[in-house]
Amino acid sequence: MKYLIKNGRVIDPANNIDDILDILISDGKIEKASKALSDKAKLIDAKGMIVAPGLVDMHTHLREPGREDEETVLTGTLAAIKGGFTSVACMPNTEPPLDNPAIIKSLKDIIKKDARANVFIIGSITEGREGKRATDFHKMKKEGAVAVSDDGSSVDDELVMSGALEQSKEENLLIISHCEDRKLSGNGVMNHGFTATKLGLKGMPSESEYERVKRDIELAKKSSARIHIAHVSAKESVDIIRRAKSEGVKVTAETAPHYLALTEECCATYDTNTKMNPPLRSEEDAEELKRGLKDGTIDVIATDHAPHTDSEKDVEFAFAPFGIIGLETALSLSAMELVEKKVLSWAELIVKMSINPAKILGIDRGSLKKGSIADIVIIDPNKEYTYTRDSILSRSKNSPFINWILKGKVTAVFVGGELAT
Amino acid sequence: MANEKKIEWTKKDLLGLEYLSREEIEHILYTAASFKEVTTRQIKKVPALRGKTVVNLFYEPSTRTRISFELAAKRLSADVINVSVESSSVRKGETLIDTGKNIEALKIDIIVVRHDCSGAPNILARSVKASVVNAGDGWHEHPTQALLDIFTLKSKLGRIEGLNVSIIGDIAHSRVARSNIWGLTKLGAKVTVCAPKMLIPEGIEKMGVKVTHDLDEAIKEADAINVLRMQFERDASGAFPTKIDFFRQYGISEERLKRCKKDIVVMHPGPINRGVEMSSGVADGQNSVILEQVTNGIAVRMAVLYLVAHAKKDTR
Repeated sequence: MKYLIKNGRVIDPANNIDDILDILISDGKIEKASKALSDKAKLIDAKGMIVAPGLVDMHTHLREPGREDEETVLTGTLAAIKGGFTSVACMPNTEPPLDNPAIIKSLKDIIKKDARANVFIIGSITEGREGKRATDFHKMKKEGAVAVSDDGSSVDDELVMSGALEQSKEENLLIISHCEDRKLSGNGVMNHGFTATKLGLKGMPSESEYERVKRDIELAKKSSARIHIAHVSAKESVDIIRRAKSEGVKVTAETAPHYLALTEECCATYDTNTKMNPPLRSEEDAEELKRGLKDGTIDVIATDHAPHTDSEKDVEFAFAPFGIIGLETALSLSAMELVEKKVLSWAELIVKMSINPAKILGIDRGSLKKGSIADIVIIDPNKEYTYTRDSILSRSKNSPFINWILKGKVTAVFVGGELAT
Repeated sequence: MANEKKIEWTKKDLLGLEYLSREEIEHILYTAASFKEVTTRQIKKVPALRGKTVVNLFYEPSTRTRISFELAAKRLSADVINVSVESSSVRKGETLIDTGKNIEALKIDIIVVRHDCSGAPNILARSVKASVVNAGDGWHEHPTQALLDIFTLKSKLGRIEGLNVSIIGDIAHSRVARSNIWGLTKLGAKVTVCAPKMLIPEGIEKMGVKVTHDLDEAIKEADAINVLRMQFERDASGAFPTKIDFFRQYGISEERLKRCKKDIVVMHPGPINRGVEMSSGVADGQNSVILEQVTNGIAVRMAVLYLVAHAKKDTR
């Protein structure tokens, strides 16, 4: 089908475009982007809207295979589309984990059948995600893995991690590191500090994150491999990454919208939807993350979409699993925290949520250049709406943002040139 | 007692003293004073909660707190049921919320809950319409203990405002400490906490207390001390001082007491480790109000049960 998106503010930072243009889509590709196009194609009126390359989430938990009660490829990608994400990269902490080519192949079959958005696969760094023996990066890459990560756990053993980095360099397969020293975070359930003291909850100090960030950057530097730091939450981590970048280390980093919009004080009601790992931290941490986004230290905003069922979350704070869903709220929250508060421009936000993750994962997305795959998001930047539980498309409803009034709403999404919303 | 004026009680739950205003705390103390009189009568029972049912839902073993709540409920003519549940993150049984809803389906009016997880009463309270009274949750709060401590202190010294109160011992893992700090500071006392560094939790001074690691400094000006139980059995890290070392540095001995104000009030939430937190001479001495605390606990818990059962409207 042919589509003509009319009169939108086209923001295509990969091609230095920020202008009122029309975009013609045909055969799944961008055919043309220019002023005053006319065609017999189906018209999409985008007046007053932002038209941008589809968002790319490089940190999604789709839970399939094994935890289809929490999320599936189908429900997760429906949620992605609703949030403006045309591509997601799914983490390997499934049951069983994505630690070999055969399981990756079987997931690809599910994706082929069910996915409504592009799903890219992240394999695990170690077998069974146990941190003991590295997986075969070559074979996983051949089967389609775009990166490797033991997300949810850190690779504690330094030798295993350096070996993995060597392999990563050799195979040119990115390692995404969940940085946490469990010896320091122990069985903490929220950020270490006054709020934890007041609530009588066990704290996880920022050191448990940034000491591991420091170590992994050091190891990456030694092997001159690339490394991507997942879900940065602590101000010290931002500083360490900033310095490493200035020294030329090939490090990239992401943070998540909840670390910008919420702080540890949100745990005060023992709402288990404020329990995530890394934990919500202080106002100063959130401010430093924003500075890091502004100065380029943090390259990406990723969701860390982590679905958990009501029955898993409706328990004592200490017993609840870590994590919240994020695909359907990420764009609005980021726009409110960053664009509205003048930390980033819309174009810069699109860079963090589309171009950079695509670039880091090495996937062919994030551009509206003629001939590119027509993955497009149309956003009404001024639209306010209430995020209700009933509106959630993800199979799980574990969000601390339910009943929040959000601003900046996705109105249409194209995946591969077809209207997906 | 002076300057308490009656207020309309609106809270269906008592989850912690953090959530109460000064006026509300004073109102509980005022109500407790009239119930104290009941407990000294020949017939120690009033019909204030006749026809109401109280469940003591205990996820953690406790004898004294449970008995105190049970007696309080019985003296108000309520029916009382005791339920002990094993706390576990492994869901072999019911969740806390399901248990709460099942109890509620039995038409229970008040759930008194003790739980080893901080915040469990908060979670329960928003899941059920029944009143929830926190009988101690994790390291978070133990509001009725602090209320009875404050009630006892006020009975002894006539006021709370302006008093120097030192809380001594394992502050980090103590819900009694947190509730006392909230309650005492709201009522205008000057609170000092004293413990070895590892037992002082991060940022506690933001609760409006002075922190010291020097016991002599903590007791020098004190009008009252509240000495916490050292829970050696819960030290998983193995980093606690030994009992003998603890007593030498932080234990209240008769010699130490001599250096304090003459009529200093000595409190302990019990059960006492004699020779660890304090010597027997101190525990049984003239300044000790430890057994009065136990007696007052019933009146205070009667007041709390009475007030939440008659709360004017649900403020949630």
